[in-house]
Parts: sequence; C-alpha cells; structure tokens
Amino acid sequence: MSGVDPDRWEVVIGLEVHAELATRTKLFSSATAEFGGEPNTHVDPLTLGLPGSLPVLNVQAVELAIRVGLALNCTVQRSVFARKNYFYPDQPKNYQISQFDLPINADGWLELPSGQVVGIERAHLEEDTGKSTHVGGGGRIHDAQYSLVDLNRAGVPLLEIVGRPDLRDAEGARAYVSELRAVLVAVGASDGKMEEGSLRVDCNVSVRPRGAEELGTRCEIKNINSLRSLGRAIDYEAARQVDLITAGERVVQETRHWNEDDGRTHTLRSKEEADDYRYFPDPDLVELDPDPEWVERIRSSLPMLPAQRRHRLAERSGAAGDAVALVVERGLDDLCLAAIDAGADPARTLTHAEHNLADDRAQELDPAAFAALVRMETDGALTATQAKTVLAELVASGGDPAAIAAERGFEAMDTSELEGMVDGIIAANPDEWQRYCDGDAKITGFFVGQVMQATGGKADGKAVTALLAARRG
Amino acid sequence: MTVERALADVPLASASATASEVRSGSRSAADVLEERLERIGADEERVHAFNLVTADGARAQAAAVDALVASGDDPGPLAGVPVAVKDNLCTRGVATTCSSRILAGWEPPYDATVVSRLQRAGAVLVGKTNLDEFAMGSSTEHSATGPTRNPHDLSRVPGGSSGGSAAAVAAGFAPLALGSDTGGSIRQPAALCGVVGVKPTYGLVSRLGLVAFGSSLDQVGPFATTVADAALLCEVIGGHDPGDSTSLPQEFPSVVEHLDDGVDGLRVGLVTEMMGEGIAEDVAARVRVAAEALAAAGATVEEVSVPAVSFGLSAYYLVAPAEASSNLARYDGVRYGVRVDAPTAGEMMEATRTAGFGDEVKRRIMLGTYALSAGYYDAFYGKALRVRTLIRADFDAAYERFDVLLSPTSPTTAFAFGDKTADPLQMYLNDVCTIPTNLAGHPAASVPFGVGADGLPVGVQVMAPALGEVAMFRVAAVLEASAGAS
Repeated sequence: MSGVDPDRWEVVIGLEVHAELATRTKLFSSATAEFGGEPNTHVDPLTLGLPGSLPVLNVQAVELAIRVGLALNCTVQRSVFARKNYFYPDQPKNYQISQFDLPINADGWLELPSGQVVGIERAHLEEDTGKSTHVGGGGRIHDAQYSLVDLNRAGVPLLEIVGRPDLRDAEGARAYVSELRAVLVAVGASDGKMEEGSLRVDCNVSVRPRGAEELGTRCEIKNINSLRSLGRAIDYEAARQVDLITAGERVVQETRHWNEDDGRTHTLRSKEEADDYRYFPDPDLVELDPDPEWVERIRSSLPMLPAQRRHRLAERSGAAGDAVALVVERGLDDLCLAAIDAGADPARTLTHAEHNLADDRAQELDPAAFAALVRMETDGALTATQAKTVLAELVASGGDPAAIAAERGFEAMDTSELEGMVDGIIAANPDEWQRYCDGDAKITGFFVGQVMQATGGKADGKAVTALLAARRG
Repeated sequence: MTVERALADVPLASASATASEVRSGSRSAADVLEERLERIGADEERVHAFNLVTADGARAQAAAVDALVASGDDPGPLAGVPVAVKDNLCTRGVATTCSSRILAGWEPPYDATVVSRLQRAGAVLVGKTNLDEFAMGSSTEHSATGPTRNPHDLSRVPGGSSGGSAAAVAAGFAPLALGSDTGGSIRQPAALCGVVGVKPTYGLVSRLGLVAFGSSLDQVGPFATTVADAALLCEVIGGHDPGDSTSLPQEFPSVVEHLDDGVDGLRVGLVTEMMGEGIAEDVAARVRVAAEALAAAGATVEEVSVPAVSFGLSAYYLVAPAEASSNLARYDGVRYGVRVDAPTAGEMMEATRTAGFGDEVKRRIMLGTYALSAGYYDAFYGKALRVRTLIRADFDAAYERFDVLLSPTSPTTAFAFGDKTADPLQMYLNDVCTIPTNLAGHPAASVPFGVGADGLPVGVQVMAPALGEVAMFRVAAVLEASAGAS
C-alpha cells in the first residue's frame, strides 16, 4: 500500500473523544468511580441495573462537563438525558443514559498550538459501560466460550467531545488530542490517561480529490489507544481509501477496528448493520438547565488555558511557534514571564526554557535566580556554555547563580584579553593559520580548542570563532 | 341492593382505628395480625390475592411494634396495621417477582422508599400481592402465578393490574394495601372490588424501588376500605425522596385534616366524554347519582367537555409500551433472575426473554420497540407526546372552572374470567376513563358508590388538578358518606 500523495488527495479527519470525568462517584449513583478495583466491587443497585433502582444526577459531573464546555468555547445550554437502547452484556440496563438532541455543551472550538482552530460540535454527558472479557475463541463475543463482565466502570461519567471534520492529517489529529488532553487536565476534568482508558479516541476518516468540495465516504476507526496509534491508523486508513478509489472501487461507510499488531484497520460492522438505538428522553430524569449564575461562577473559576498561555507568552517574549508551545506544555511559562519581569532578556529566557529546562524540577526554579543568570549571560559575565552549566546546577540544587559561577571559576574574559590570546596562538601556529586562511573549515576547531585549553574553558567559543574570522579579514 | 358475598363478610376495624388501639396499648399488634392471618388462612386459597404471605416476618414486625408500645415509645401512625404490598415494590430479602417467571425467586437487597416509610410508621407487611405481569393488564389474568379472583364474585376478575392488592383489602386480608397505577391499575381494581383506591399526583410518592413499567406514568398509591384510611396511608408514603429525580420537593398535602370539610362551594364537573359511548348504562347511572349527592351536599355540578381525553387511550398505548420496552430490557439473564442457557450471549438473552415473559408483556415490548424505531418516532412516540400536552391543556382549561372532575372509574363492573383476554383492545378499553389523568400527571381517586345491575361494585372517579389532593379527598369523603344513602 502506498502513501497518500498530498498534491492529489485531501484527508478529512473528525475525532470523537470520550473523556472519563474525574468525579468521586458515578454519573447517576453513589458507587465509587475510582479506576480499577476487584471486579464488580464498585457497584450498587443502579450500577447492576437492579429492578426498582433509579438514577440521580451527580452534580460534580455536571460541573466538570460545564468546565470543559466553557474551556472549549461552547454554549452551555438546557439539555436532556436520553436513553440509547441496545443489548450488550456489559451494559446492565441494556440502555445507556446519554444526551442526544440536546447536549449540555454545543458549538465550540479548540485552538491548536499551530494556530489552527478546530470546531467542536458538542460535548455531552453519558455513562460508561462495564468491561467484557471474552474467553476462548478469537476473544470476540461471537465465538467466545464464555464471557466475564466487570461492572466497576459501568456508570462512570464520560464526556463525549465531538470535533468537526476540520483536521487534515495525522499530525494535526495528534496535536488536537494532545491539546484537548491539556485542556481537560488544566480544568481538572480528567486525568487524561489514555493508557487507563480515561481518554478514548474514535476517529472518522475520509478522503477526497484535492480541490473537491464534497466529502468522501467516511469510516469510523475504533480501538485507538495512544497518540502514536492514532497517527498510524489515520495514515493506514487514508491510504487504504485512496487505493480503493484509485482501483475503481468505492469506500463503504462502516466502523473499523484498529489492530495495533498488524498495523491495519478491519471491518467491525457496516452501516447497514448499524443498530437503531431508539433514543427517547429518559423519563427517570428531569431536564438539566444550569443556572446562568452558576455557569458564570464556574467560568470565573477556570484557570488560564493552554492557548491563552501561549498567546500571553508570545506577546510578552516576542517568540512564536514551537518554542512557545513547548514552554507552555512544560508548564514553564509562568517562570519565564516572572524572569522577564525581573529583567531577563526574553529571547535568551525562552531559549533556555526550550533547550535547557527539560528536567521536571525546572518548574520549581526560582524566577529571580533564573533572571539573574540570564542577565549575567547577556552582560557577558558568562558564556552560553557556562550559563547552561550554571542553570543545570540551579535546577538540581538551587542557589545563587553568581556564587555557582564563582565556585566553578567562571569569570568572564574581557575582549582585549581574549584578542591577545588569539593573536598569540595564531603566531605560534603559522601552518595551521595558513590552512585556515585557505578556507579549511575543519581547522577552526583546532584554534578554538587551543584557546579553551589556554583559558581553562572560560572563553566563549563563538567569540573565538568571530575573532578568527575578523583576523583573516 | 345487597351483595351476596362469597367470603366471610364480618367487617374488621379500619386502619386508623387499629393504629389508635395499638398505640394506646388497648390491643396488641400481634392480635391484630393473627385476626388477618386467620382471614387469609380461610379464604386466600380461593382468592389468590398474594404471591407470597410473609406470616413469619409479619409476626416479627408485630412483636417489635408491641415491644415499642410496651416501652412507652410511639411506633407511628400505622402502628400494628397489616399492609399488603403489590409484588412490584421491592422488599429487602423478600421475593419480588412482578408476577413474572423472569424474576422468579429474586430477592431485592433493598426496600422501596414507600416500604421503608410503611415500616417507619409501624405498619406490618403481611405479604406481596398478585398483579398482571409487570403491571401490564386490567384483570390480573396476565400473571405467571395465576389469576386473582374478585372477593365479591369468585367467577369475576378483580381488575388490574393491582388486582391482588384490591382483592386483599376487599377480602379483609389487610385493611390497607399498596398498588401502583400507570393507567388505572389502582383505581380500576379498587372500583371492581368495591374499595377505595387513590393515584396521587405524579411525583408526590417516590418511585424508588417500584419496578418500572411506564416511568413517566407510574405512581404508587393506597387501597383502603375507607377514604380516611387511604388519606392516612398517602401521608405516610408521600413526600419528597432525593432518590427519585422526578419526586416533587414537598410533603404530601395534609389531606387527613380536611376530610370533614365537606364540599360546600366546590365546583364539580361531570366529564361528558366519559359518560357516553362505551360506558355501561348502570355504571353511568350511579355516577349521576353521585353527582346529585354532591350537589345535595352543597357543591355546584355541571357537565364539562374535556375533548382531548378521547385520544388518551391511543397516546397511552404508545407512551407506556415505549417506556416499558426500554425499562424491561434489563431482564436479560445476565446478572439476576431466570437464565435460559444458550451457546452465545445474544442467544442466551433471547432464550431467557422468550421463556421468561408472558404474552402481554411481549406484546407491549414489541409495540413500544416499534413506536421508538427510527423513521417511526415522530409518527408514533412524538405524536403521542403532543397528544399528552393537549390532554394537559384541556384538563387545565377545565380546572379553571372546576375544582374536581367526576366520571366512572371503569366502564363496567367486574367482568368474567376470559371475557377480554382474547381481544387486547377490549381489555385496554377498561382504562379509558383512568388513563387521561396518568398522562396529565394528575391525582384521581376511585370511591365505591353502590352496585350495578349485576349487584357488583361500581366506583366513581374523582379527578383533580396536580396537587389538588385536598379537594379530591373532600369530595371522596362526601361520596363515601352518601354512598349508602343513595
């Protein structure tokens, strides 16, 4: 199978992300919503679907849903819980309480670090199902010898976030999920753990000839368990669809299963076999119409979101693009801004945060010390190399940058001292100097090395290189 | 006219009188219970009001009540009063079957809110009463444990679906019983068995622990031999329950203190659409006599048209089965109840449901599934919801001019076994007068008011607007007082 030629084909991607909300109890009962546990211990009459049990809405789940909705720029609206009816052993009532035509959050958007804005159609509340383990046969329910059902997860609140088909490649899709996860974590709605299933991604993919307006037939891909799988699944699926169309066949609308082992998607069920879920408003619940004052209180309690933080940092540092995105992702923007406020050069500050502060402890760094370090560097008291060394020690054990520099004997060489030293080394090595003047770039290292040796590493390599170039004329 | 009863007919003390005696220590709860158990022993075999008589548990509860009295504590307003509970209300550790094979032997790990409130009030649970399977029916013939017989004539049905509860009270097995009413399942059997039955305003009585049939229509309510007892039981079981999201945030209206207020000045409307075609002439005649009695007691009585109630039956048979098709999906053999094994999970569910449900339940599940299906939703379920809105609007218009509305409870007196089982539509028509109030969420009571041409009891239905229980009980009390005289 070939890759997709981007000049001829456009890939259209829309993602549905299910996020488990970080509530103490389940969406409609007081059973614990904690992950894991011995099978069938996090249950109560409602979780088990016992006759006579009734759902009572968890207000904490509603608040978290609203937090996400507001963070995604959605309209928080009057909503109705509906029953989605289908039979499956791990769904105790044989219907799932979800939201259908009136979701709690509608019509929002998410801005990615690239600046792309992805539409959010809706973000609605629903309950999770239990977990089935099919034993024997192919591990699928149809040919299993028997199936085990664990209902610990059944009823845990989910927020289904339905994105519009605004994404165009695997990289964008990964960036979207990554940004969405950052937002969910920032507002305290979810722990964002894909490996524990706290975040689950279903992916709709279609292809169309570049320039075409009409969307191609889409397939929905399930069982994507990591960002890496997401990218692989999209690339595979887009190529599969292009190959089909190129061969004169047509893409069939269906749900496909991503298989991590063989790196392919496989038919799960076609649209013709799709269930009729017989949605209708759940008569056990009343409509959910959040008080506007409550919504505003929630809005004012939201932390600054990643996109806002990126804009703020870009504005105040003059930097842009990946550096800003990375610094915010690492949570170092507050540190950088404080350092800049304390007089540090914005560009140098961001360069350090981007390249020299990957350490998790960097967030604990004292902004004043960080600013002092950057000032020493820009004042010429430390070379870039020395500054990096001092910074590493600051992160590891704190302290005063000037004291650390002094302890290490990092004293700035003034330019005239360096010039004299370079001239002396040129005079002592005429052959090498000739080769340098003839354009042998490799010999540059020899001169820098000589200077470093003579100064005990205190010289700035870049300054030496510049002096050499100046002497050559 | 006198009724020749098939059973012992010595009237026993009312619930209110019994509770007073037990609270004062003049009579023991144990003695009260044994008297009722004796009745049960004598006649239950012929009536089959119960799926289960909980004699041992009842004796323990009665002893506990007596111990409280002995130690000077007040066991509550229903001290020592035996109560029969419909077998679709969950009782902890006591089998709750809904008269269905699919739940045979299932013991809930919890009590319904109404059951715990009964116990907190000092009541004694004497047993679980028979019903049409999952409360779907109007004769208690659709029961996996066999039909209940009408104590007034054992060849006749007791009505349904709460036929067991109605028969238990009519036969003197208990002075009080609980039923559930989705389309008339308390009022119609109360009428056919000659006892008082009340369906309160939707949301006034908790549904937590009531096995759901049509969740937007279901409401728990009392059976009693007197209006005062029914009022007392309403106050005990009613009021807000945070465990039921549709429960209203208020107490049950104080009805007991208004029972003697009379009807002077109350405006009573006689519903035209419920007095004509399809209503037996002898039944309609009794309702007219009841209206005259109210007028004589000082009420103004006029005929009033509530046009949309004519569509009630059609709307109900879409809404209730639609909700039921979803509510009953949980009976799949996976976690509890009966399981019929088969090679795959899907086949197991199918085999379990095929064997576990009776024909009427299957019929309604199919009706409801169809009504909710893609492409049919708007034409069926959606339209039924719009009719429901219309019915509410027409009732609202009527209640601008009237405090209560009057009609027959049931179109006929008790009918013979097998009369209507062959034709579901004939059976459904039994609820034509009761269904509209369920669709509107309003309260209604059935009060015995003499007998029809066949000598069997006739019930008069008193309907009221939402939370209009006080006026409804005032009218019911006057009807009860004048029933013997007219």
